[in-house]
Amino acid sequence: MNVAVCMKRTPDTTAKIQIASDQTSLVEEGINWIINPYDEFAIEEGLRVVEKHGGEVTLICLGPAEAEKTIREGLAMGAHKAIRLDAAQVPADPRVTARALAEVLKEGNYDLILFGKQAIDDDHAQVASLVATELNLPCVNVVVKLELDPENGRGTAEREIEGGHERVSFPLPAIISAQRGLNEPRYRSLKGIMAAKKKPIEVKTASLEDSQLAVLKYAYPPAKKPGRIVGEGKEAVPELVRLLREEAKVL
Amino acid sequence: MKKFEGADYFNLDAELSEDEKMIRDSVRSWVDENVLPIIEEHYQRGEFPIQLVPQMAELGLLGANLPEKYGCAGINNVAYGLIMQELERGDSGIRSFASVQGALVMYPIFAYGSEAQRQYWLPRLARGEAIGCFGLTEPDYGSNPGGMQTRAVKDGNHYILNGTKMWITNGTIADVAVVWAKLDGVVRGFLVEKGTPGFSAPEIKNKHSLRASVTSELVFEDCRIPAENMLPEAHGLKAPLSCLTQARYGIAWGAIGSAMACYDEALNYAKMRIQFDKPIASFQLVQQKLVYMITEITKMQLMALRLGRLKDQGQLKFTQVSMAKRNNVFHALQIARLARDILGGNGIIAEYQAMRHMCNLESVITYEGTHDIHTLIVGEDITGIPAFN
Repeated sequence: MNVAVCMKRTPDTTAKIQIASDQTSLVEEGINWIINPYDEFAIEEGLRVVEKHGGEVTLICLGPAEAEKTIREGLAMGAHKAIRLDAAQVPADPRVTARALAEVLKEGNYDLILFGKQAIDDDHAQVASLVATELNLPCVNVVVKLELDPENGRGTAEREIEGGHERVSFPLPAIISAQRGLNEPRYRSLKGIMAAKKKPIEVKTASLEDSQLAVLKYAYPPAKKPGRIVGEGKEAVPELVRLLREEAKVL
Repeated sequence: MKKFEGADYFNLDAELSEDEKMIRDSVRSWVDENVLPIIEEHYQRGEFPIQLVPQMAELGLLGANLPEKYGCAGINNVAYGLIMQELERGDSGIRSFASVQGALVMYPIFAYGSEAQRQYWLPRLARGEAIGCFGLTEPDYGSNPGGMQTRAVKDGNHYILNGTKMWITNGTIADVAVVWAKLDGVVRGFLVEKGTPGFSAPEIKNKHSLRASVTSELVFEDCRIPAENMLPEAHGLKAPLSCLTQARYGIAWGAIGSAMACYDEALNYAKMRIQFDKPIASFQLVQQKLVYMITEITKMQLMALRLGRLKDQGQLKFTQVSMAKRNNVFHALQIARLARDILGGNGIIAEYQAMRHMCNLESVITYEGTHDIHTLIVGEDITGIPAFN
């Protein structure tokens, strides 16, 4: 199996995001970058696929040279090689990213292309589907279980839907986007980290079209309202329960 | 609880390479997810969490600074130190396990063993399929190991061992013991396998410290071992002492882990805990304690990092390791005591970790050369006058 995993570097989930003075970009200084957590599930699944069926995992990441540090994290997990599509910034329009990725994916002759279901920074959740459209491949999103039968060129995937699960069958090659629960990503072992240093990261020029989407303005979420004391002692319980049910809607 | 992010007041991260940071962060997440959730329960029950051994092996933490050709990770000594730091942030018992396995069992086999011994034991020990222990200290010979009573006598193709070793980490669970004994008056090293007739390793129970670690006695009563189980290249007390230098190096880093865990806990607690209508962190006496902690942690980090770079350059002196072990464990213990103090009554219960670290560090300041012995090692080095003989 020739597997590609498209990964994005995103700010650490605990990073404090600062909006730049132009209000249309974010301050990148001081941010700790990580592999987008959903992409980590995709990498882990790619590794499991080749461990079972043989083959190689290629990571593909669109981003600046600094993203290579994050790509090395994926190589340390066990991916065999990587391609970085050189771009100073990740485009604001997911279609631009998708087309640039599709360009490279076309050349790789991959049997399986994995994505995270969405990036935790811009939350567009579009790229996997857009790439599938570009490449005219079947696409299964939000997958929690994947089984492949490379001999017969088919696979089945289980995905989460409202109130239950759905199992679908598809021909290979195919595009799969990973949901939490698909697997438990491995720790980077010392051997993996040492080996990653020697693995190749090929740099390619990204063919980026003009974005059709433009960010007008970033804004912080509204400040949380202060808490409220509804009363004291036993007498306050009915009112508290009423508010939890009717206002907070958590009961 | 807030995720542990380390304490780095002087931005020492900038002095670490990308792999060093990646290794540290990987071990840090492993400790967060696999050690911290279970460690208190094991500590209370007085049990070593042996189920963690295969995971540590899988990560490559055992004998990590030894060469790849023996199945080890071949990382540098700074990265090795960072691993010890992160393990001890979990618990000194976990770090002790890894120290003994790597520095006191794998290292002597690597440094003083035959090629056959290396080929046989190192990959097994690295994979965690075999556990090792190191027997030097005796009931009556602690700071003065040269006086050891354990004897080896040649008998045809065998050696016969007699004697007792004390305070041996991993003893009862070990598949192989590196045992130091005098043969014709010279200290030599021997590999004794579990189950050899005449060898037993009863566990020392009822400890107030290192409760999540196995501590044992090793007893040899006419224990016959094959002659090829002697480490051929180890002659004299210098050999086991060189192993202790390796282990003490790891302890100098490990102590930073305990200290950071305690500081982190005390700082968070002091900001949350309200007395006299304000957080206790607003009181001068509490701030003074917290400032002492972070200052000493920063000094410990600087010392350990420089020590690691010297070790990687092959310029390390054992007296420098003594200074770092002495300083870092001493201040880690002070920090743990102060953290316990800031936590007030809550500081004595298992929901908080400071007192566990504090109790552990009472062992750490004693083993691998007591605080006072390290004082005298550095004292001899700077004055040229030995104070202990």
